[in-house]
Amino acid sequence: MTERTQKQRTTSPPAEETTETAPAAAKQGEKIKADLDDLLDEIDSVLEDNAEEFVKGYVQKGGE
Amino acid sequence: MSIPKVCGLETEYGIVVRGIADANPITSSSLLVNAYLGQYSDKIAWDFEDESPGTDARGYRAVDARPPEVETHLANAVLTNGARFYVDHAHPEISTPECRTAIEAVVFDRAGEEIMRRAMAAANAALPNGEVVVYKNNSDGKGNSYGCHENYLIARETPFGRVAAQITPHFVTRQLICGAGKVGCESHGVSAKQVPFQLSQRADFFEEEIGLETTVKRPIVNTRDEPHCDSQKYRRLHVIVGDANMAEISTFLKVGTTAILLAMIEDDALGDDLILADPVCDIRSVSFDPTLRALVALKNRRTMTGLEMQWELLRRSRGYQRSHGLKSVGHDVGDLVLARWEEALTGLESDRSKVAHMVDWVAKERVLQAFRDRHDLPWGDARLRALDLQYHDLRPERSVSSRAGLERLSTDDEVAEAVHHPPLTTRAYFRGRCLQKFADDIVTVNWDSLVFDTGHTSLRRVPMMEPLRGTHAHVGRLIDDSDTADELLRKLGA
Repeated sequence: MTERTQKQRTTSPPAEETTETAPAAAKQGEKIKADLDDLLDEIDSVLEDNAEEFVKGYVQKGGE
Repeated sequence: MSIPKVCGLETEYGIVVRGIADANPITSSSLLVNAYLGQYSDKIAWDFEDESPGTDARGYRAVDARPPEVETHLANAVLTNGARFYVDHAHPEISTPECRTAIEAVVFDRAGEEIMRRAMAAANAALPNGEVVVYKNNSDGKGNSYGCHENYLIARETPFGRVAAQITPHFVTRQLICGAGKVGCESHGVSAKQVPFQLSQRADFFEEEIGLETTVKRPIVNTRDEPHCDSQKYRRLHVIVGDANMAEISTFLKVGTTAILLAMIEDDALGDDLILADPVCDIRSVSFDPTLRALVALKNRRTMTGLEMQWELLRRSRGYQRSHGLKSVGHDVGDLVLARWEEALTGLESDRSKVAHMVDWVAKERVLQAFRDRHDLPWGDARLRALDLQYHDLRPERSVSSRAGLERLSTDDEVAEAVHHPPLTTRAYFRGRCLQKFADDIVTVNWDSLVFDTGHTSLRRVPMMEPLRGTHAHVGRLIDDSDTADELLRKLGA
């Protein structure tokens, strides 16, 4: 571990693990759902146009 | 006492060339590697002299085992961060430099992704009609797999049989915390209808408990005995059973938990009462069951779920932390591994969505499920397989994982630094710094040596048989203060 990298790192788990209350959890739940909706909107534009052809064309040789 | 768990990751990437039908993957992988290297003048050849992937840790070679071939003719170079970037079979591959901790492994694994992205940009600039794209996954969904291997330094004196038997329960169940997730199934005789989604990319491909192979009849414990360092003192445990991860916490837990358990095995502190009766069967049943209810059977006739096994391994690791300390994996990093391991298991047990920022298969499953719900898709829909592949797409504009809310352990600055600069904490520092400063005088490089040509009648080989010699603390000033390779070699007494 370099000094450089250690300084910038936080070592605590996400705050909701320890400080969660019922309303906060509900709020967090709504936020996750909103984030997921945004993500899905974005995925519709990110996804390869012709999924079938893309999946079919993804052929690899075994490795290692 | 357990020895320092020097570690590293070797990742083979999937590669396609869009726009060019039937592109040869060996050619496109070479194009990718050479395009990256072409940006730098200091190309150094890899030295194959000490490669012996056919040596078996069990001290014999099975009569039907095929040692992996060493392909000396393909693109192959070592980088100034101490990593190796090359073509292996039909894939571009990056081996990280030797790292001292699981956090360093995360940073240099990320740096490997960044190198791949830069290589794609360089290759595509030279390819007007096509686009080279790489994927950090382990399967094409059609029965072809390629690996993400881990390496750990272990003491030669530890009986290999103990290592193999006692680490296997973890290799079978750690998928829970570091499986990368996969749509469908590639095991013979099992349909994607039966297993629409599973925890691991790789579980389908393991057919043996232990063995030398890596490309056929893959074993859960690989016996390749090629330490790349002092073979009297050390082994390098070559782990082929893992998935390539996009989630940094999954990489961190994969490497961190395995390093702790290997330290425990060295100190004979793990115990042999968790040995599995049929690990090859169990690795699949654990992967096939996202409800996490699948049972594994122990040799002593107990049964438990994969999650219960993980809790038990964590409990014993906590005991080891108290009795022996975690110096061999780095105290602070070890503490963080145990804390995050517990957080992952707690989430998996109670509310899985709580670990969707940590665990790849959970993050992937969450996106797939939401996408299915929105578009009302059956599991067999090609769009779900496309989403799965694109979870591992390294292009920022197509990547799904970079949009999935995954937690970062590294920073962009650290990763950018690690693209060009070695870790300070292992012999990779000496390798990387010498390449930065004296590339013109270096003829060949290997994991355990550098060969210099400084104009004398004979070449001079600097052996690096100790993975923890040649660190910044040892040689940083020596290299800084040497204006020429000759001067450095003189100071080193080489």
